[in-house]
Amino acid sequence: MGNEIIPPVLNARLRKARSGATQSFVLDLSLEIPPGITIVFGPSGAGKSTLLDCLAGLLKPESGRIEIGGEVLLDVERRIDVPPAKRKIAYVFQSLALFPHMTVEQNVAYGLAEIPAPERALRVKEMLEAFHVEQLAKRKADELSGGEQQRVALARSLATSPRLLLLDEPLTALDEGLKKSIMEDLRRWNAAQNIPILYVTHSRAEVDALGESVIVMDQGKIISTGTPHEVLDTPRRSSLAQAAGFENLFSGVVTEIREGDGVMRVRLVSGACEIETPLGHAATGTAVRLAIRAGDILLATERPYGLSARNVIPGRVASLELRGTMFIAQVATNADGAVVFAVHLTLGAKHALELEVSRPVWLVLKTHSCHVLQD
Amino acid sequence: MEALILSVRLAACVSVILLLIGMPMAYWLAYWNWRGKFLLEAIVALPLVLPPTVLGFYVLIALGPHGPIGKISEAVFHRGLAFTFGGLVCASVLYSFPFTVQPLIASFEAIDRRLLDASALLGASRLRTFGSVILPLSIPGIITAVVLSFAHTLGEFGVVLMVGGNLPGITRTASIDIYDRVQSMEYAEANRMALVLLIISFVVLSAVYGINRRIGRRLWATWATR
Repeated sequence: MGNEIIPPVLNARLRKARSGATQSFVLDLSLEIPPGITIVFGPSGAGKSTLLDCLAGLLKPESGRIEIGGEVLLDVERRIDVPPAKRKIAYVFQSLALFPHMTVEQNVAYGLAEIPAPERALRVKEMLEAFHVEQLAKRKADELSGGEQQRVALARSLATSPRLLLLDEPLTALDEGLKKSIMEDLRRWNAAQNIPILYVTHSRAEVDALGESVIVMDQGKIISTGTPHEVLDTPRRSSLAQAAGFENLFSGVVTEIREGDGVMRVRLVSGACEIETPLGHAATGTAVRLAIRAGDILLATERPYGLSARNVIPGRVASLELRGTMFIAQVATNADGAVVFAVHLTLGAKHALELEVSRPVWLVLKTHSCHVLQD
Repeated sequence: MEALILSVRLAACVSVILLLIGMPMAYWLAYWNWRGKFLLEAIVALPLVLPPTVLGFYVLIALGPHGPIGKISEAVFHRGLAFTFGGLVCASVLYSFPFTVQPLIASFEAIDRRLLDASALLGASRLRTFGSVILPLSIPGIITAVVLSFAHTLGEFGVVLMVGGNLPGITRTASIDIYDRVQSMEYAEANRMALVLLIISFVVLSAVYGINRRIGRRLWATWATR
């Protein structure tokens, strides 16, 4: 079996124009995906599903090439286009698309029509066990809970021994515990199979939880790749910052550049407030956007001294909202009420500071918590 | 009685033939998109609005000794199709075509496209996807299609009169029989036959609605939980 030596790496170069009622973009990218889980992250409408549909062969790109482990599945120039049924690519849709009129067993056996019945039964049993749904074998697919359906969908698509697995936000609706245990099952399964898995999501929390290498997409293009920390904690584009969960986004103008200190000052457009940020690729006078996480901002009830943080801005609590186990405070700066910062606080911090609406506070921001974005 | 049996036989033949033709036709219309598709859709719906005499007239011409279908029939069977049971079947198939194809298209289109994608990605051919996914999920639509074309053929009058004439045991269907009886003032016999047709139509239609409600509800429940 000489072909088993080639690692099953996915190589793809794709171009596909999409135009829709709400937005249009051109999917235009090339990627190389090694075995293991790779996350595809981006705001909705970034082209993530289009990418998966092109890889699976459900959409025809205008140009491009797809190759897995040395086998060409698509080459528009050479008129090679292997149909979806022959690509041996597993694809779990967001809707899962289990066959509602079949039992769990029949669903999982569906892709195994070509192997003899006794072997097929064995394989189905194996897959059901691997994803912990063997007790549901005789149940109708439409009688299952959400988590059970996800497991069955994974078992069904992986039963065929695919060479690539595409997951389109399959776990978004599940709670954390369930998500984790399903992902563990998937990781265990893939430890033996070692195929590339593309996991699409628009949820920042999911990216952090999975902690794999991530590809960030926007407007049909790959704008960044790396670990979640590298890619998402230092965003360079405001659309990405929004998607990555930066609660505070401000427009500003660079007023001063201090190259020697590695910093610059940015005046926020909507107020008299100035903020020190790390040096960006911007000259004095240019417009920039600032992104600051609500969790990166400190609140003080008295003017703080002796801090390393360079930005201390006076303000007033405009509103306090309890969300889950934390408070979200909206703080308006004194200089001009138009600048409002969102700040995350723990329950304990809120009580210790005796925070209340309209109480004067000071916002404390480290220079490196203020990210300068290009638009 | 003879007329009624003839009517039922005609309706049964037509429903079966229509199901066989209508299924691939509906599949094509539901899942393929091409520029001229609207023309075909208009042609399929044409019998709905055309006066039966217009349709009957052209079918009669086509089936006649100088028409294209008549010529083929003469060459193969050494007899024409006008005023025969075969001719009636031909005309009725055309006339009831939309009643088979429209419900089939509607039920094919209602199936989640992702189910068909999933089937293909699991290695199934188009034919297998049709047999294992589309067909079982379209059962209410198929029942509706068969029953509607059956009932519609049973009740047709104008086309039959134009193409079949009024030959007892060959082309004199129940509806023509009623017309005949009324013409010759046999109101009691006309009433009997009319009542039978009324009851058959009602029973058949309530069966369709009953079955559809039961199966339909279950399928809807399936989709709704997704």
